[in-house]
Amino acid sequence: MNPASTKTLLDPLFESNPIALQVLGICSALAVTSKMETALVMCAAVISVLALSNLSISILRNLIPSNVRIIVQLTIIASLVIMTDQVLKAYIYEISKQLSVFVGLIITNCIIMGRAEAYAMQNGPLDSLLDGIGNGLGYSVVLMATAFLRELLAQGTVFGAVVLPKVHSGGWYNPNGLLGVSAGAFFIIGLFIWALRSWKTDQVEAEG
Amino acid sequence: MRHDAPYTLAFCGAVCVVCAVLVSSAAVSLKEDQLRNAELDKQRNVLFAAGLAGPGEALDAEEVQRRFESVRQRVVDLASGEPTDVDPVGFDQAKAAKDPETSREAPPNRASVRRLPNHALVYEVFEDGEPVMAVLPIQGYGLWSTLYGFLAVRRDGNTIGGITYYQHGETPGLGGEVDNPNWKALWPGRKIYDDSGSPMIRVIKGQAGSASQAPHQVDGLTGATITSNGVTNMLALWLGDSGFRAYLENFREGQGS
Repeated sequence: MNPASTKTLLDPLFESNPIALQVLGICSALAVTSKMETALVMCAAVISVLALSNLSISILRNLIPSNVRIIVQLTIIASLVIMTDQVLKAYIYEISKQLSVFVGLIITNCIIMGRAEAYAMQNGPLDSLLDGIGNGLGYSVVLMATAFLRELLAQGTVFGAVVLPKVHSGGWYNPNGLLGVSAGAFFIIGLFIWALRSWKTDQVEAEG
Repeated sequence: MRHDAPYTLAFCGAVCVVCAVLVSSAAVSLKEDQLRNAELDKQRNVLFAAGLAGPGEALDAEEVQRRFESVRQRVVDLASGEPTDVDPVGFDQAKAAKDPETSREAPPNRASVRRLPNHALVYEVFEDGEPVMAVLPIQGYGLWSTLYGFLAVRRDGNTIGGITYYQHGETPGLGGEVDNPNWKALWPGRKIYDDSGSPMIRVIKGQAGSASQAPHQVDGLTGATITSNGVTNMLALWLGDSGFRAYLENFREGQGS
């Protein structure tokens, strides 16, 4: 892979992370991160929708009339999301039940429309595909890190396996209830952004 | 890029057709798997309610089938409580409750159930050839949604064996805590009826204490008074005279075997 393509794929992980730098897609990052299993399925769903929507919009980019481009993008994204939801319901029903409306709400995930409009409309199919996968991975990094901390500290488990035995089931760990609720994810994402911007200081926004 | 109006219309039409074909073919081709999953999920929840599977235990299709060997499905008449000869396979209680031929108007109730089916599908759990528990379908309105679940009742027709909900749209973390294993674990051992035979079981505000201290009460769900009341209301309806009361009396007397 040439260096430019590698950059397209990997930059969204830390250099221009969609959640940490652009602060997009926060709502689902709060909603589905109480367990790692659901977060993982959500990440897979977002990566596939984002990759396929970027790819198909990029292929059509010169044919899409600019005055209706947003609605065309939305139609394509919505179709992909519905298909993803159907596949999840058919093959991993349990988890799809736990994700409930949030798979459907990928349609409104700003990262997807954002990449379609900002990248896929200007770039070729291969680059757009890589950009989609890369941004999906960037979203996943934050989601999985948040889910790891939330599940560990609120339930004492990692992927459902007990790591910290809880007090009321005979162990010693007193679970943190705050991280069990969605608002708890705000703290983790906030700390993640803080850590990232301390490491890569050029991401700090100018004040005033 | 600028395009004239006919092109724009044609382009949009083409995108719509292609997307519609993709979405509908996905929906049609996956429908069978989805229906099978939904049925399996229901059966799994019957096992959870009856305590035949531990909370959170993963059961594949074969395991569910194996454990269902000790379960007999039966369509019973709600008014008389007698079993009927309707084939439980293919009996759709939700459909029966809608059809005026096979349902009746529900008495005024706070569970917002308008029609009750004449017949209902119950699951009788057997142990050594004897029925030990009956798993009854329950449903009723909470805060946002209708909750669908199962209540398991032991052979005395009065002691609860377990409760579970398999479908609802309550707020996650608040009313959605009806799925919480710790809350569900409070149910076994509680009693449904008072001495006069009316359903007394209710979800109260605050903590109720152990089953021996408060046989007719269960802890409320924090921050979810309306969902908690919804649970109380649906139990009052489904365990009362227009629900499974007659059936449970028969079940206790042993005619259910």
